[in-house]
Amino acid sequence: MDALLQFLFSGLTVGAVYALVALGFTIIYNASDVVNFAQGEFVMLGGMITVFAFDAGVPLPLAAVVAILVTAAIGVALNKLAIEPARGAPVVSLIIITIGASILIRGATQLVFDKQLHRFPAFSGDDPIRVLGATILPQSLWVIGGALAVFVGLWVFFTRTLTGKAVLATANNRIAAQLVGINTGWIMTLSFGLSAAIGAFAGVLVTPITLVSYDVGVALALKGFAAAMLGGMGNPKGALVGGLLLGCLEAMTAGYVSSQYKEAVAFIVILAVLFVMPRGLFGAKTTERV
Amino acid sequence: MMAGRGKWISLAVLALLIGLLPLVFPSGYYFRVGALIFVNALSVIGLVILIGYAGQISLGHAGFAGIGAYACALAPEHLGLHPLLSLVLGAGISAAMAALIGKPILRLKGYYLAVATLGFGILVSMILTNERALTGGPDGMNVADPGLRSLLRDMGWRLSGGEFWYGISGLVLLVGAWLALNLFDSPSGRAMRALHGSEVAAATVGVDVARQKLRAFVISAVYASVAGSLLALQNGYITPDVAGFLHSVEMVTMAVLGGVGSVLGATLGAAILTLLPQVLTVFAEYEQLVLGLVMVLVMIFLPQGLLPSIARRLKGRDA
Repeated sequence: MDALLQFLFSGLTVGAVYALVALGFTIIYNASDVVNFAQGEFVMLGGMITVFAFDAGVPLPLAAVVAILVTAAIGVALNKLAIEPARGAPVVSLIIITIGASILIRGATQLVFDKQLHRFPAFSGDDPIRVLGATILPQSLWVIGGALAVFVGLWVFFTRTLTGKAVLATANNRIAAQLVGINTGWIMTLSFGLSAAIGAFAGVLVTPITLVSYDVGVALALKGFAAAMLGGMGNPKGALVGGLLLGCLEAMTAGYVSSQYKEAVAFIVILAVLFVMPRGLFGAKTTERV
Repeated sequence: MMAGRGKWISLAVLALLIGLLPLVFPSGYYFRVGALIFVNALSVIGLVILIGYAGQISLGHAGFAGIGAYACALAPEHLGLHPLLSLVLGAGISAAMAALIGKPILRLKGYYLAVATLGFGILVSMILTNERALTGGPDGMNVADPGLRSLLRDMGWRLSGGEFWYGISGLVLLVGAWLALNLFDSPSGRAMRALHGSEVAAATVGVDVARQKLRAFVISAVYASVAGSLLALQNGYITPDVAGFLHSVEMVTMAVLGGVGSVLGATLGAAILTLLPQVLTVFAEYEQLVLGLVMVLVMIFLPQGLLPSIARRLKGRDA
């Protein structure tokens, strides 16, 4: 029982990060129908920039803010320079563009910074907290709490503010949104910036636990993509549930079966879900228009 | 649009290139690079059938290349099979796997299909990486020499390893290209291209959509598998990277870079992306940067791929 709780804690921590990455996928997908495979690089950038700013003597909170802002700017640049010029391109081309962008970002990071593993101190120390016979790191609480805060914040943004509703309208029907006077180009810019900022925020939260180097983004992008798919692409609630579920599945497999195959089980479950529910757990039912 | 004549022109161009390029090779190293290009082009032609003809996506085809490669590494050692028969065995396993997983997977569309195939590829590469006892784990394993070169030597034909594999891969590529071009104009190929345009429309004129998709998937898996086998045989060594996600991405990029509907374009894309790292070894640090930049720029400015874009420009000038 203690072991189960312990695995659950680590699963929720990792799952919260997956959920944030999946949320980033969802926001961009809704605004532009693009699956942004560079999403994992935003997490990496958040961690890396914070590390180097912190090492240069910037206080940690300020370093984190700088990292999030810089990453958001990179997200906006990605949209302006690579996604908007390719508007209307087939899915394969868009996949290659965003994967290309992720390789580009990785290559640039490796040049600007380095290839080493880095970390910065945890926000509230490294002493584990004992809960019912299991232990949890204070930083894990930060990660889980941070993810929940982002979700609540986004929910308020999407349902209570005019800009948030404009984003939803654009996701629903771009042309109709334009007709009622919504600047959909700006909504896309906003979505990329927001999504990059959320990714960077996840990177800031998780780096003290998992460390960061220039190449951590690929795995995160794949897991986040899988989590978003598991939940149903384009649904924020699906992203949250998919991410947490994926994290817990991995942790349980690593604990009870084999740590080498923890990722395998995640993908097997995703395949199984897609076979039964081809649009994910919370995906909308659609019919093909001829 | 692509009549019988176009097919023979494509094949002739390909054969001439393969046959004449060695005349200008300054060193034996170029044969190695050439052989690598042909192997990559072969697997990319498989993707031309899947993506270009049938309009389906796969981000996991390196998984089939991995199956082909490790079949050639494992079967001679454990089953006592000749390496060439191992290649056939690998292709058979790949085809069976493709048929098995293709049936449920190919109901999915777009990004959902992408994640399902991606999952398959990752599973294969994970097994190859983790089953150390069998595959040697991430360090890879040696592949036995098929002994064909010494056979030729006994017949009085002395070839270097590079020259030999250049010839073999070139021949296999030609056969692969010929088959793919034949498929293009066959009833099956027409059905695939019809469902690419619209599945509903294709179904209403009597195309068995699921069956044709599966056929394209299985054929492309066999191409990838044979390419993987050839790669293992000519390198004499194989690591799980051959089945990795990045290799899958590389294959799709090659296909789309050259022009995903065309066999010659696939070869061109394979050539460019195989040569790029060789050229960039001088600037090893910038390799990723340049590769990423090339991928993004080509997709933005030449969304149809290099060859069709060039062809269109030439035609435009004629008119």
